[in-house]
Amino acid sequence: MADLSCNVGGISAPNPFWLASAPPTDKLYNVERAFRAGWGGVVWKTLGIDPPIVNVSSRYGAVHYNGQRMMGFNNLELITDRPLEDNLREIKKIKEDWPDRAVVVSLMVPCTEKDWKYIIKKIEDTGCDGVELNFGCPHGMSERGMGSAVGQVPEYIEMVTRWVKESSDLPCLVKLTPNVTDICHAAHAAKAGGGDGVALINTVNSIVSVDLDQMAPEPTIDGKGSHGGYCGPAVKPIALHMVTEIAKDPETKNLPISAIGGISNWRDATEFIVMGASGVQVCTAVMHYGFKIVDDMIDGLNNWMDEKGYATLEDFRGIAVPNVKEWQYLNLKYDIKARIDESTCIHCGLCHISCEDASHQAIRELKANGERRFEVIDEECVGCNLCMFACPVPDCITMERVDSGTEYQNWTTHPNNPMRVEEN
Amino acid sequence: MTAIDIRAGRLSQEKISENFADVHPPLKSGNAIVEANRCYFCYDAPCIDACPTAIDIPNFIRKISTGNLKGSATDILSQNIMGGMCARVCPTEILCEAACVRETQDHQPVRIGALQRYATDRFFETGETFFERGEPTGKRIAVVGGGPAGLSCAHRLARFGHEAVVFEAHEKLSGLNEYGIAAYKTVNDFAQREVDFILQIGGIETRTSQKLGQEVELDELRQEYNAVFLSVGLGDVNALGLESEELEGVFNAVNTISELRQSSNLGELSVGRRIVVIGGGNTAIDIAVQSKKLGAENVTLAYRRGPEQMSATWKEQEFAQTNGVLLKHWVAPKRLQSENGHVTGIEFECTELNSEGKLTTTGELRIIEADVVFKAIGQLFEDTVFSGSEMPEIVGGKIAVNTEFETSLPGVWAGGDCVRSGEDLTVQAVEDGKQAAFSIHRKLT
Repeated sequence: MADLSCNVGGISAPNPFWLASAPPTDKLYNVERAFRAGWGGVVWKTLGIDPPIVNVSSRYGAVHYNGQRMMGFNNLELITDRPLEDNLREIKKIKEDWPDRAVVVSLMVPCTEKDWKYIIKKIEDTGCDGVELNFGCPHGMSERGMGSAVGQVPEYIEMVTRWVKESSDLPCLVKLTPNVTDICHAAHAAKAGGGDGVALINTVNSIVSVDLDQMAPEPTIDGKGSHGGYCGPAVKPIALHMVTEIAKDPETKNLPISAIGGISNWRDATEFIVMGASGVQVCTAVMHYGFKIVDDMIDGLNNWMDEKGYATLEDFRGIAVPNVKEWQYLNLKYDIKARIDESTCIHCGLCHISCEDASHQAIRELKANGERRFEVIDEECVGCNLCMFACPVPDCITMERVDSGTEYQNWTTHPNNPMRVEEN
Repeated sequence: MTAIDIRAGRLSQEKISENFADVHPPLKSGNAIVEANRCYFCYDAPCIDACPTAIDIPNFIRKISTGNLKGSATDILSQNIMGGMCARVCPTEILCEAACVRETQDHQPVRIGALQRYATDRFFETGETFFERGEPTGKRIAVVGGGPAGLSCAHRLARFGHEAVVFEAHEKLSGLNEYGIAAYKTVNDFAQREVDFILQIGGIETRTSQKLGQEVELDELRQEYNAVFLSVGLGDVNALGLESEELEGVFNAVNTISELRQSSNLGELSVGRRIVVIGGGNTAIDIAVQSKKLGAENVTLAYRRGPEQMSATWKEQEFAQTNGVLLKHWVAPKRLQSENGHVTGIEFECTELNSEGKLTTTGELRIIEADVVFKAIGQLFEDTVFSGSEMPEIVGGKIAVNTEFETSLPGVWAGGDCVRSGEDLTVQAVEDGKQAAFSIHRKLT
């Protein structure tokens, strides 16, 4: 059994699978069941200053794809709608009952020093392991100058993080919004303010669908709608890129990252860890399937680590980061061609038509004796992978490397590059 | 020897209703979308080639997945006006679904028939129609036989603006859809509802109880109309060639199936306790299963060759077996046994293929007791329909046609089961009628 324990910015947990700040972590009842299921930690649903907010009815939207439910998910819920004291009492209780698990409290209050210092003192008494500053929510709170309204201004991120760190020794994660052009500015600010780590991504601004009868965005509330925060499997690629950007950036490469965004299983989580994350947070997958999914997450990660010979998360954390390059450094001599396995081909023709209509006309259809088959024209194939992805049969189309494997040339020295540098 | 036992009321009304309910309940909307999304939307899809009416199957399925049900039904019905019935009765396991690439991949083809039914059912529920009669051309065509081939031809002619007059020997239109197909395949009077939909286009006059060679003559029709389309089907049945086939308790399966389909109270139908069906096609399967569903205790389907040679598909054979029918292969009927003029059993001789691959009898005998014996050994074209008129050329017992569905008589076309165009299937008949209409239209304009 591998050691799955993790430490994210000074907050430790028996495993890297935490529940993100959201409905699954909004009360003792849920969190207790989550810990019983095996979750390594929780970030408690965001607390604010009383009186509590109110929510609308009809709060979630979803994108279903080809019969698969909830590929993407969006919400326009706000922070906790329960009184502050109720939350504080329950946080204290859960930490007493489950001392080995990470209990982090998410916070969002108006952007004043007084309010931040007030709330931080309140939660210190709960014995929680750390705080997460919610600078991410893109709806409802941002219009009141909170959430992503703060997260989109690096100076505010730095300022508020500093207020928090000045008033408390609790480890402090800064949760970032993806609704910015360059996530690194936000990460720099979090670091400059003294943050112990960053958590990202929060949800993406979105309108998931439009009701074509009501002519209003969904979810529709009495004939009207609003933008919401998008999450679920669909946002994973966006999150993975942003996490990688921070892990690559020389200024933030050692800044602990709690990765969030479409993580549904151990494999997703592992991808984030090899890209530099110290731990992950999950929400949509639990909202879809319940707490039990953590069993496979723990089990799957453990089996994978055993198979690869990794004893701890640190053995492989960040190891894929050096392989992320800017485009101009990719080897232009590398050459692959599509190969069709005739023995498993079902003759659907999708490789042909996708290449024919949308790529390089490199797969021809041959008909003989009433049978058809498909053949790659090597001279035309640019190795784009499209046919391999369009093919419905696993491993029927593979890409074979055909260059010598010894040559290397990238764009910086390519003759077609007007800005090329001479090779030495 | 036990006494002859033929009677009604073997099962309760509830049980009969349950037995004769829709054999393949329609897909619900959620299931239809999941199933539609299983379609790979193949390029130049093999299922289209496998459909006698060449429905653009991937396209109609895609339209189900996007909620464009009207578009989906249009794709189906514009190629096959009986797309609703074909969705129920086509042996898809040897047509589109056999060609589905998912069959090749993992023997789990897309349920094309079920999806076609979903799209057409939903469309019919709206009560809309989208086919309009073409500008009237003043041309009149006699369509003889109001089954799938005739109605398909008449509808296509109406779309071209011609006037079609359909002569039907029976009281109701729709041919075997109405009189021949097992009841549980087409419930809730679907055949007649489909006829209503087809006739909605206008320009089709129907005259029922008009049998060719009796109430109407081909020569007259040829004089009166600009063209004649013969779709008279097969009016006769094969005989076993045994002595005393006229015994009580020996029936032609097609007649019994027809009575069953026209019955308003299945519970009142008499059914034997022990039944033997002779034959290997869908008619044999249908009478065997329906007998079982009416409460027969033992139903044996006897066929003189093996399962591969049966014209009923593997799926139909499986269906019969799951419904409790015993399939007995490699036996040829030899002698009917009787008491007081009523059949009591049938003696079979075992068969095998000899070294030259020819069917021979082995001399071993088997006796199966029976209260009722059904003959389902194929139907024949009845050439008495031409009595008194000039007759078109007949080849191999059916009306000869060229690739344009023209007979040897000028101005006379033919299609459906009375010609040899392909398998004797509803879908083939629809295609014949459609192609004949195209040909007639080309000739007349």
